[in-house]
This record gives sequence, structure tokens and C-alpha cells, in this order.
Amino acid sequence: MLPMGNMRGVTLPSRGAPVSPVLPARALRDVVFVDGVRTPFGKAGGKGIHAGTRADDLVVKCIRELLRRNPSLPPERIDEVAVAATTQTGDQGLTIGRSAALLAGLPRSVPGFAIDRMCAGAMTAVTTTAGGIAFGAYDVVIAGGVEHMGSHPMGQGAEPNPRFAAEKLVDPDALNMGSTAETLHDRWPGMTKERADAYAAASQAKLAAAYEAGSIQQDLVPVAGRKPGEGWALHRADEPPRPGTTVADLDGLRTPFRPHGRVTAGNAAGLTDGATAAVLASAGTAAELGLPARMRLVSYAFAGVDPEVMGIGPIPATAKALKLAGLDIADIGLFEINEAFAVQVLSFLDHFGLADDDPRVNRYGGAIAVGHPLAASGVRLMTQLARQFEEDPSVRYGLTTMCVGLGMGGTVVWENPHHPEYPRPTPSATEKEQA
Amino acid sequence: MIPADYADLAAKFADETVTHAYVRDVELPGAGTLALVTLDNDLDHRRPTTLGPNSLVELGAVFEQLKTRAEAGVLAAVAVTGKPYYLAAGADLSAVGRLATEEDGRQMARLGHDVYGTLSGLGVPTFAFINGAAMGGGLEIALAAGYRTVSAAANGISLPEAFLGLIPGWGGVYRLPRLIGPRNALKVMIENALGNNRAVKGPEAYELGIADACFGQADFLEQSLAWAGRILAEDAERAEVAERRSQKAAATEDDWEKAISAARSFVAARTGGAAPAPTKLLEVLAAGRGKTQQESAELEIDALAELMQTPQFRDTVHAFLELVQKRAKRPAGAPDKALARPVAKVGIVGAGLMASQLALLFARRLKVPVVMTDVDQARVDKGVAYVGAEVDKLLAKDRLAPDAANRIKALVTGAVSKEAFADADFVIEAVFEDLAVKKQVFAEVEAVVSDECVLATNTSSLSVGAMAADLLHPERVVGFHFFNPVAAMPLLEIVRAPKTSDEVLATAFSVGQALKKTTVLVQDSAAFVVNRILLRLLGEITAAFDAGTPAEVADNALQPMGLPMTPFNLLAMVGMPVAQHVTESLHAAFGDRFRVSANLQRLIDAGVTSLWSTDDDGRHVVPASTLSLLEFGGSPSTADELLRRTQDALAEEVGLMLEEGVVQAPEDIDLCMIMGAGWPLHLGGITPYLDRVGASERITGGKFNQHR
Repeated sequence: MLPMGNMRGVTLPSRGAPVSPVLPARALRDVVFVDGVRTPFGKAGGKGIHAGTRADDLVVKCIRELLRRNPSLPPERIDEVAVAATTQTGDQGLTIGRSAALLAGLPRSVPGFAIDRMCAGAMTAVTTTAGGIAFGAYDVVIAGGVEHMGSHPMGQGAEPNPRFAAEKLVDPDALNMGSTAETLHDRWPGMTKERADAYAAASQAKLAAAYEAGSIQQDLVPVAGRKPGEGWALHRADEPPRPGTTVADLDGLRTPFRPHGRVTAGNAAGLTDGATAAVLASAGTAAELGLPARMRLVSYAFAGVDPEVMGIGPIPATAKALKLAGLDIADIGLFEINEAFAVQVLSFLDHFGLADDDPRVNRYGGAIAVGHPLAASGVRLMTQLARQFEEDPSVRYGLTTMCVGLGMGGTVVWENPHHPEYPRPTPSATEKEQA
Repeated sequence: MIPADYADLAAKFADETVTHAYVRDVELPGAGTLALVTLDNDLDHRRPTTLGPNSLVELGAVFEQLKTRAEAGVLAAVAVTGKPYYLAAGADLSAVGRLATEEDGRQMARLGHDVYGTLSGLGVPTFAFINGAAMGGGLEIALAAGYRTVSAAANGISLPEAFLGLIPGWGGVYRLPRLIGPRNALKVMIENALGNNRAVKGPEAYELGIADACFGQADFLEQSLAWAGRILAEDAERAEVAERRSQKAAATEDDWEKAISAARSFVAARTGGAAPAPTKLLEVLAAGRGKTQQESAELEIDALAELMQTPQFRDTVHAFLELVQKRAKRPAGAPDKALARPVAKVGIVGAGLMASQLALLFARRLKVPVVMTDVDQARVDKGVAYVGAEVDKLLAKDRLAPDAANRIKALVTGAVSKEAFADADFVIEAVFEDLAVKKQVFAEVEAVVSDECVLATNTSSLSVGAMAADLLHPERVVGFHFFNPVAAMPLLEIVRAPKTSDEVLATAFSVGQALKKTTVLVQDSAAFVVNRILLRLLGEITAAFDAGTPAEVADNALQPMGLPMTPFNLLAMVGMPVAQHVTESLHAAFGDRFRVSANLQRLIDAGVTSLWSTDDDGRHVVPASTLSLLEFGGSPSTADELLRRTQDALAEEVGLMLEEGVVQAPEDIDLCMIMGAGWPLHLGGITPYLDRVGASERITGGKFNQHR
């Protein structure tokens, strides 16, 4: 369909041929979410299910599962492997996108890179490569993330610039995520610990119901793990969830970030090991290869906020993404918001006038129940939204959003191809794009 | 399997490194619960999992518990896999080698059958996931299971028992031919085992039919479990496996006969009947033809119990564990590695065939510039061209990648002036075997190189000390004795001359190990170790021949030793002039123990290269034209007399070498003969054999290996 499309076919003009100084205008291509998978999430630490498993191996298992699930995707057609990790050392180092591609047995012609935007790593892997697809640089990509927080505790090896403190650029509390969550409680006294606990208990219940319905398991990659003195086991379910948790159970928990505080292990996401990966493609390539288009990317945006209240990042990011999409919050039928902390979700809900138990929000529960392996979580939100789109064709638009350390938020708006009003690409339109 | 039956046996091995059998339940969606057994000794990959009596008793007890659960209907399947890189490396050889009585051996053999039989009789489908090396008893566990998967990255799948002096008698000899057909089974059990203990890799194991499915290593266990789930749940999957199995196992009566007869010929050619195990394996295989697995098991147990008590087995285990696996890797008497100097450029004096082989080896292994010199450009060009052609052959065989081939070719250059050695760190000479020539060569090299440059000689018979005597720096000279063909023969005798410094010796060992050779320290004594032993042996045989012993008697007298070739064939391979030359050196050094044969000289003078020839009827004969050249005495020996006389001669020579301090210990001589002459493990090298047949006692009044 485009001049850029022609350039992608390696048939470059012969060397020395005169090049027109006036480039023709280029059109953008639609980007679709084809498929997403993840490992079961494990509790970080020596007793967790992934304690003896390398982070890169977790990513590799996701990539291989995507290839098995999508046999019509020739591996050599993958143009990029973008893998996020917050701590890029050890088994999360060595340009993990490239090393995971090699370890997964992808052809050596497939490149890869590593990416980092803390908690929004995988989300940024998706948006960055999606930008490349829209621009015409890629046809098909794999984007994902990993965080083995047992092997890589948050902030490990980081050396914050002393100017942060000396010049009071940010409050020292801003580097401690739990403290930023406490600050949200300070800012909006109406967001009480009781509300946070109630939200958290509901998250556990929603996840348990989703497991009961089989909604979660179908996108999990079983992972074998071996422990000293125990042998191999096969993990095919998340480890962090505590189904049956009640508000009363949460009441007495310790508040580790300040005495008599409000943030507890019960209303925050725990430290987690896990990996995710997704296949994205241009709409035309998906049609060409017979790959499903399970979500269409409408818009995305990232935004910065005060690092001291990083939890409100999703608010401006969502406002920006909606504006780019030409949509209103009322147009959004499903929300997948990462639950780093219950209070941070409440701030989003309050801002947009949504009820704490709005049925459009986190139907499968969230990170409070399932865990939050930092850079991996973004693709979990998308994979789950894709499932919910399938289950609920009445929804036209949904969004995935998350807060990010050092004061950021990211939001991606998606359209549901199962919706009756979703414009079906005609065969001729598809052919045109390939031409 | 009743663990208590084996309590006494297990108690005898209190120091066993136990391989545990850990069990975890795995839920297979739609197929029920699979109990996954992991064989794991809790040590890292440098310590393979092995199966001693305690390990097997634990495994058997675990299988019994699983059997109970299976009978209770709570298990759908059982699978066995291993710690990373190993399913299991087989029976614990150090334990098996210590089984003192035939009854203990029988118990050990029965224990394996009892445990593996429990697995195969669990009452639910059983699986083995071959995640890595599966040797001997390790592979036999897998063979006892109902279904097998293998990792595409698995290495070391083998039944090496025949190589070690046993048979795959924990069911392997019965099950493998029925799984993959007799021809392929005997390839694995006989040809691979006796062919330098070759093992197969995962994809080949799948092709052969040893495994029903092959999965990539990255998610091998996950995919194996998913496959097991499909086998349990889907008739079509099982039918597909059954169909493939019947193809792989297909064999007519005739196929069986042919395979067994071909294997017999192979064994006869390889061992000359000197090693009992391969023959026993074929006997048990043939006898088990019409029998059930349980009936065959009794034959296997008898065979194992008998073989475990043979001296050949004990000497093999000793040679394999103590010499090949340990002493070969830690050369006795080598100086501290830290003293070794870096070698960034190698010089080779000479560009003939030996020199060119050395150039290729040094460039390929050390990956540093190698320069050859010779007296004129034509010879130099020929040497460099030889290396290029050999590299191209490796390239064509996919043994080298194109970039690596280019790299090696670029590393090897030639020159007509020794100035080219100016910046070399290690110069080896491979010129004519003449002391004066070698001394002059070293003097010329010394004039060019740095004070630290090591000078090595590949002499096989001259004195290294004499070669160094007139140099400014005699401490830099070391002997570096390779065996022909240089690329293939694993031994390198490193000769310490009287003035050789520790730094130079350490450098020589470091280079030798970088060349991937087995290095043995020897003192500067005529012909060092391997050639001295071989020529003493050849001398006895030639003397008997000269005295009138018929050629076929003389040449076959040593058959009970199972040497890789007969003396006259060895003579032809080494080359009669070379053998004569070295014998003359040995005669000069040691007198009449090394007899220079006038007959041999007559053959050399007449240009005869081999005593044996093949006549028009394909028979092995000494041609009349050759016989007419020779003069014989009138005192022929019988084969038995000659064998005994040779044993005594070898015992005498070994005794003297130890007395002279040519090596540190008898084990070094054994290692040299295994690695340098290809002598079989069942001789233990040579000294355990000489002890066993009484030659050491007869000649030296004691045994070489007191402790064994």
C-alpha cells in the first residue's frame, strides 16, 4: 500500500540511481495483538516455584510457546524480539531480547534488544515495536518482559545520583515504592486503608473466579523447576494468589513502610518472579499469515508525574491516550490496570469517577492477587484484555494501564475485533496493504 | 523388590555417593496424576549420577511405593528423569569394581533387575525422559520404561558394558534388540562400545528408535510431560508410537542370524578373543532369543556375576577410572602450572611430513602463528601446501567452519631462514634422527631466538640431554615425543633432560594439554617408554622367528593378550627401517636385551615392507621370495613358550625402567601403553597383566602393583 512497503522487500533501487529529493507521504499501518502468554508467576525468594530457574529461561519458554501456538507464523518472519527487564544484569543481562531469541532457537537472522521502563517494561516493548510496525520497519515482532525478583531485588546494583538528595530533586521516599503509596493515602484522606483492603480482597476473589472459569490457565506456559532435595516439578498455576482472603484477614497485617501506615503486603502486589511475551503484527501481515487479530492497537501514551506520587501516573497517561484516540473515558468498556498498590488503583478510579467495584475494571483480579514481576506485567494486562474481548464482544474499546517508578504512567488503548461494529478488512484492502 | 533383601550388600558401600530418587506429582490435564521421579545426587554437573547398591535400593523402594499408589488407582503414570545433563551415568563402577565375591556380584546384578523390573511392572504406563547422558544402567532404566523421550541436546547415550568388561545385563541386552532391531542394537552394544566407547546423541537415539519422541532442550521436560499426557489420553498417539516401534524393531530370523554373526566377526577382529565380555554378550543375546525377559534376566545375572570376578574386568575398571579418567588428566610429576610461559608463536624446524603434521596440530589447537623452515623454498612450500590441503579436507568433512579454516591456513607460514623464529616462544625440531644434525639445528635456532624460547625435540630415540649439551641455555631443551599419526594418537611423552628447567617443563605440559594430548613425564632414557616396550616385545618375536619358529606361530603367539595388531603387522606399520634404527639405539644403550635382527636388515635391504602378503587365493602368507632372503636357526618355539618368554621380557624391561626411574610409577607405563600403543584396558595397560600371569613374580620376585 505504501512506498515504505516497497522498501521492505529488500529490492532497493540500484546503487547510484538518482533519488528523488521529495519523499512521498507515508501512511501508517494498523497494529494488532496476535497472542500473549506468560509463565505462572512465582513468589520471589528461595521457596518460590522459580527459585532454581533462570530469568532468561522463563522468557525462552514463553517465546517457544508462542511459536507452538501459532504454527502458521514462520519464525524467520519475526523482525524483532524486544524483552524488558528492570535489572539488566546476570541472567537478565546480555541484551536479553537477543539472547532469549538465540536460546529459544529462533533463526539467527532474527534480531533482539533489551528494554527498560521499570514496571512498564513489557508495555514499552509492545508500544515501541508497535510504533515500528506502524512505521513499516517490522511486520511481526515478539515483545515481552521478565523479572526474577528473587534473583534481582528491586533497585539491586542501582546507584542513584547524589544530586537527587543533595539538590532535593526528589524526596528520598520517591525511590521507595511503598512509601509513594503511603503518600497517596496522605494526599487523599478519603482513600482509607479499609477501602484499599476491600479492593484487595475483591482482587483475590476475582482472580479465583477467573481460575475457576479457566480464563487464566489457557495463556500460561507450564514451567518445570528443580529444587535441591526435591527433584523436578511442573508448575502450571500462579503461586502468589490467596483465594478466600477476606477483609478481616487483611486487617491486622503489618505496615512495613511506616508505623501505623496503610500499605500492607495484603493490599499491594508481592515480589514476584515471572515472564510474559506477545506476538504483534501489522494487520496485513496477520491476515497474510493467518494469524488472529485479537486486539487492534488504537493509541498509547506515557506521562510523567511527581516521583513522590508515582502511583497516579496512569491518570495523565490515560487522559493523553484517550485524547490521541479521540475517545472519552465512557467509551472504555474494559480496564486492565496494574495493581502495584490498591491505593494507586483507587486514585485512578476516583479520578475517572469509577466505582471501586466497577465490573469493567480488572475482571480477572490483578497484581495484588497474582503478583507483579515488574517489567513483565504489561503483557499480562494485554493478554488478559484480549481474553476478555473474546468473552465479551459487546465491548468496543478497552485499555491497559500501569504506574511506573520515578513518577510515570503508561496507557494503551485497544479495540475489540469481536465487536459487531469493528470494521472488517476486505480481502482487497488486505491485498492492497501487501502490495 | 524387597529392599531388605539387599541390606547387606548396600551396607558394604557406606561411602557410596548416593543417587536419590525424588518424587513429585504432576497433574496432566485430562490424563490424571503422573509421579515424576528425578534421579539426583545433589551434586553439580561435574559429578555424574551413578547407581551403586544404595542408590538402587532407594530407587527400588520408591518404585514400590509408586506401585502401591498405582494399585490404589491414584496414579495414571510414572516417569523417570534426571538432574541437568544426566539421566544417569550407569552403574557406580568404583563400587562394582570392589564387589569381592561372586555372590556379591550376583546380588548386585539381581538388584538392578529387581528395581528395573519393578518399574516395568508398575501396572500403569511408565515413561523415561532422557534429558542427558544415559550410559549403561542409566539407559537400561529408560529401556525398562514403557515410553521414552529424548532431548535433542542429550549427549552420551550408550551401553558401554562390553568396553568395560561386562554386558548390558540389567535388561539392555534383551530389550534393546527387541526395540530397535538386532543389527542396530549390536551396533550400539558392540561396535560403538568397542569402537573407542562411542556414544550416540539425542537425535540419533530417536532415529534408531531408542526414544519415541525427541524435544528441544529449552523446554524438554515440559514438552515430554505434555507428550506423556497425550499418550495417556489419546489412542491415536499410542497407535502412532506403536506403528513407529514396529518399523524400528522389524527383523526376520535371518536378520538376527546375520547381525549376531557379523558381531562375532567384529569381536574376533577387535579383541582376538582376549576379552571375555563381548563374546559373553553375544552368547546371552543368542541364548535369550526364544526366552522371556525374566528368563533372559537369569542368564544376564549369571553372566554379570561371572564377568565381575574376571581379572580382565577388574583391570579394565582400574585402567578406566584410575588411568584414563584420573592420571591422564593430572600427569604425575608435572611441575606447577603457574610456572608455564605463554606461547604466542611456534617454530617448527623442518617441513617434511612429520613437521607438517605438527604444524597443523599446533595451529589448530593453539591458534597461534606457526612457522616452518627447511633448506629450500620447494620443501617449505610443500609443507605449507600439505597443511592447506589437510585443512581443506577437514572443511569438506564439516569438522571446521570456513572462517576457522581460513584462520588456520593464515597461521601457518614457511621460511627458508631460521630468522623467522626470532619472536617464537616454542620451537620444535622434526629433522633427521641424527644427533649431530639436531645439535647443529638447535645451535642455529638458539642464535636467533630469545633466551626464554623453549626448544623441543620430537626425537624417538636420541638423548635429549646430549642434544642440549653445547647450547648456551641447555635448560630450555625438552623432549616432545609424539606418536604417528600425530593428529590421532593421544599420547605425548614429555622428556625431562638432566638440565631441563621447571619453567620449560611446565610450559611443555601446558602446550601438550592445549594440544589435547595425554601427557606423561618420562626421563631422558633411550626410546623413553612406548617404543622401548614395543621393541622389546618385537625383539622377542623376531628372535623366535629367526630361530626357526614358523611365521604364523611367532606372529600369533601373543593373541591371548588381545593387542590391537600382531607384531609383524606392527612392524610393517611402524616401518622396518624405523624399527631397526630405534632398536640399534636401544642396543647401544642397553646391550643384548635389544637384539638387532640380521634377517630384518635383509628385508630392509631388499626393500620388503611387510612380512605378510596376500596370495592369489586371498590367504595370508609369507611369500617364497621373502623367505628366500632369510636365514633361520634350528630351535623353533611353541606359541606358549614364546608368549611366556615375551611376558618375562616385558616384566624384565618394566622392572628395569622403574629401577632406572624412567617414569614415576608403573601406572605411567600402563597409561603410555593404553594411549600410545592402543593396548587394551583389560590388560590394565601392561603391568596388571604381568602381575596376573605371574611374569613379574618370576622375573622381579614381586608384583608391580602391590596394593591391588
